[in-house]
Amino acid sequence: MVGTRQYPDEPSGPFPSPPTTIEDRDGRSIEIRAPETFTGETLDAVVGMYAEFDPTDRAQGIPPTGEERIRTWLEAIGDDSVNVVARDGDDVIAHAMLVPDTDDLSAIEHRSDIEWELAIFVLQAYQRAGIGTTLLENLLGHASDIGIDHVWLTVERWNNPAIALYERVGFESTGTESFEQEMAILLEGSDEH
Amino acid sequence: MNVLLGLGGSDESVKTLRRTIERTREVGDDLTIVVVDKPESKRSQDEMYQQALDSLEEADMSDVEVETLEGDPGSALVNYAERGEFDQLVIGGGTLSPMGKIQLGPITEFVLLNAPTTVKLVR
Repeated sequence: MVGTRQYPDEPSGPFPSPPTTIEDRDGRSIEIRAPETFTGETLDAVVGMYAEFDPTDRAQGIPPTGEERIRTWLEAIGDDSVNVVARDGDDVIAHAMLVPDTDDLSAIEHRSDIEWELAIFVLQAYQRAGIGTTLLENLLGHASDIGIDHVWLTVERWNNPAIALYERVGFESTGTESFEQEMAILLEGSDEH
Repeated sequence: MNVLLGLGGSDESVKTLRRTIERTREVGDDLTIVVVDKPESKRSQDEMYQQALDSLEEADMSDVEVETLEGDPGSALVNYAERGEFDQLVIGGGTLSPMGKIQLGPITEFVLLNAPTTVKLVR
């Protein structure tokens, strides 16, 4: 594995894999899926979710605001990213993704050869309902299924609820010398690999 | 306005140099450039110093003073800013993660929190 970030010594997991349907704390039925491709209707629905996103919940410049900029952002990372999407009926209400830390994924032999950056966004009306934790676990389960093992993220240092969520699933704080808290998790290998 | 530009050795520093020279010419600011010592950078301190001189010469601004600073980049820059009569300290601010998140490094944070002047982050 290339890269200079620090990772926990002990791997975390196993995590559940999508698809799954859960009932959230408000009794809503939420379906979590890992779409085969991040195009067409899925992409449109995710753009729609970010267009509804409260700008006060933005983190480090993402998501961008305005449908056009949102689409440009998602299309730029879309080809190589790994995505899970949560829906209430047809509406996407949460989205979590992994983006490879490389300019050319086609030159990478195994997904375990590189590091993957994680981000998760839950629409305001669906926060504090247990959806974020389940979505995060399913993203990590899906990641492990397809051979990803090094996952990292940054979170604003004062965002204690988010940091607590990441710690709950196994992320550990690494670099601390900046505005952003860097955290990392090592996923246990899947039997399929 | 009396502007102090602090440079490391990254691509962001090169962009910040170019943009600050453009801005200085437009508005007729006074400019001083210092190059900090950041061994992990893409360009060495000497290379960046030379690049600053070359860019100034191209812009017909060879009268601008360029200095190198030793020691910890953040504190060297802030100390220098404190000693002079500067209105603004300019640094390159923020790289993008693969996801597109803006990340500010420890030097940027130190300068923002400790500089005696207004700090301008060039993206």
